[in-house]
Amino acid sequence: MTTVARFLTRRRGDQRGRRSRLSATDVLTYAYLAAGVLVMFGPVAWLVLSSFKTPANLIEFPPTLLPLAQETVVVPGYAQPLPLYDVVLEDGTTARLAQVRRVGLMAQMVDPAAPDEIIQVHIDQRSAVRHVRLAVENYTQSFTRFNFARYLRNSVVVTVGATLITLVINSMAAFALSKYRFRGRNVVFLIIISTLMIPISVILVPVYLVINQVGWVNNLWGVIIPGAATPTGVFLLRQYMLTIPDELLDSGRIDGASEWRLYWQIVLPLAAPALAVLAIFSVMWRWNDFLWPLIVLTRSEFFTLQVGLNAFQGELQVQWHFVLAMTVLTLLPITLVFSFLQRFITTGIASTGVKG
Amino acid sequence: MAGRPTAMPRTRGPGDRGASAVGTQSRSLLGRGLQGLYALLMNAVGLVMEPIQRLVGIRRMAWVFLVPNLLVFGIFILFPMVLNLYYATTAGPRLYPQDRPYVGSANFERLFTCTDYTNPNTCLEDRFWRAARNTGVFVLFQVGGMVVISLVTALALNRKIVARGFFRSVFFYPVLLSPVVVALIWKWILQREGVLNAILVSLGSDPINFLLDGRWAMTWVILVSIWANMGFYTLILLAGLQSIPVELYDAGAIDGTSGVQSFRHITLPLLMPTMMVVLVLSLIRAVQMFDEVFVLTGGGPGSATLLMVQYIYQTGFGTQNPRFGIAAAASVSLGAVLLVVTLIQLRVGRGSERHLA
Repeated sequence: MTTVARFLTRRRGDQRGRRSRLSATDVLTYAYLAAGVLVMFGPVAWLVLSSFKTPANLIEFPPTLLPLAQETVVVPGYAQPLPLYDVVLEDGTTARLAQVRRVGLMAQMVDPAAPDEIIQVHIDQRSAVRHVRLAVENYTQSFTRFNFARYLRNSVVVTVGATLITLVINSMAAFALSKYRFRGRNVVFLIIISTLMIPISVILVPVYLVINQVGWVNNLWGVIIPGAATPTGVFLLRQYMLTIPDELLDSGRIDGASEWRLYWQIVLPLAAPALAVLAIFSVMWRWNDFLWPLIVLTRSEFFTLQVGLNAFQGELQVQWHFVLAMTVLTLLPITLVFSFLQRFITTGIASTGVKG
Repeated sequence: MAGRPTAMPRTRGPGDRGASAVGTQSRSLLGRGLQGLYALLMNAVGLVMEPIQRLVGIRRMAWVFLVPNLLVFGIFILFPMVLNLYYATTAGPRLYPQDRPYVGSANFERLFTCTDYTNPNTCLEDRFWRAARNTGVFVLFQVGGMVVISLVTALALNRKIVARGFFRSVFFYPVLLSPVVVALIWKWILQREGVLNAILVSLGSDPINFLLDGRWAMTWVILVSIWANMGFYTLILLAGLQSIPVELYDAGAIDGTSGVQSFRHITLPLLMPTMMVVLVLSLIRAVQMFDEVFVLTGGGPGSATLLMVQYIYQTGFGTQNPRFGIAAAASVSLGAVLLVVTLIQLRVGRGSERHLA
């Protein structure tokens, strides 16, 4: 028993054979972290559970933990399946009856085994028979009844297109700024760096004018292009490319390779780790982007997922069962990316201090 | 960990130039297909780039490589920054610059005219002042709360614990969620028939309309944005903690320092540069907070959670008769605040460039 306890409370570094039990601080730490798991994951778990509930189950108060659906039974003589209830009868016995209709405080019920006799029951005396059922139709109808597939497509186009363009033009600029000595290099670099802290929210009106002049209002290009020349990306890639030895390029030149070939055959493959970090960031930024798409895209056929979700939740009668299902679908891709690339993302952020 | 690239580049001789971004080791059909596509595309661009190189020479190729990025950067960032000043000094509902009459500093005067600066009702643009006050309250409590919680979490994660990677990703996960998703998750929890009120009722309390009560709405806006962003700052602080040499603590232990003492005299001073970076980064982000709050409360109830960026958005784009001049003047003012914060960061950042980006 003590060995089990010692195993469970063993800490890293205990091999040195000093203390082998949890200290008070350790208990406190684990309590804090456990509470953290609840607070950080709880809301997301609640969202996922709720998204599988039927509309009737959703408006219940207090809410049920699991998605429940009422059991129904087909009774001869009735066209529709009837909902099942557990009923306490007047003589104190219980029975499982199907409800035909409700009139005021009384419910007219029948025994499925003997459907001819109508039994009057006070509604306080019955409780619904329910079982766990996932309302998958919330998800399927999101696709069939709404423009959700269209929003998804727009989001994918914006995310993929913007990330590819960002990678290409940022890496070209970073290549020039790290591998050439030319007049004006430091000026260009400084100008780019100095706009690191200028968010688009500060220049909304004039960028909108430019987009308007180019004719990109209600056009996905209007969302893709303005953010493509990220100062963050140029900075990140330049710092990384500085670590690539110039001798590699010189020997390439001796072999007669063109500058463009040096860029794509030597520098880009060697900068792959930095490119990957930037790609992950760019996907996150673009997938989650909201304010700028909200301004540029005003017609619903061009909405991205985020703008579309916002439009749904702002409607007069919020159809929560659809909103919740679409929210889950929206967070799913990012969650998948995170679970596969978790180490990459966290070390990437810790070493660059970059976030969208 | 901090400051170093995730992996050192492998050095290759010029002999194996056949490498590509997909990786030389890739032997699968898909990998080879992608490599072929990559080479094909790049060679196609090369057909244009090589004549250009013969035309301008090697040294000026740097500018050729810079052109695409500088073009986008100039048109969509640099030029708008200058144009913003023009908008701020012109008035009228028209978008095109040539249709807008010059009014000098009238937009700024309109924004900053109040008979009593402590009371937004006496200001010409009362919503601007409400937004400014709300943003101030939001920044103060959000940044303060977040730095403290992030520090506590980073300290907990820096201890010798099992499943550290798991706990770290738990706290980090909400950072990746989109602001709209974050807002909807919490809107669902906080609504009158939501799960939080169910818990309150089961504890014997009355349900509270969290999002329809001004004070509660602001409280939850702050808490939700801390929830969504703290993982990011925790991660930076954790990297800072892990860069503190263990020998310092060992030396302290030999001298018999207590846990509290080593925290005060070793951890805190050495973590200070990272703390300042976290403080400034979170300040800059808090000042321009928009998405989460806009979806969660829409700035309401009334204007209880109206923040500055939402004011700019609604003045310029959210109405039938947009006031671009006022919106631009407000954003120039916001930009000035950000500039001050950035200058502070540059001064502070000198000691800790490794976290700057």
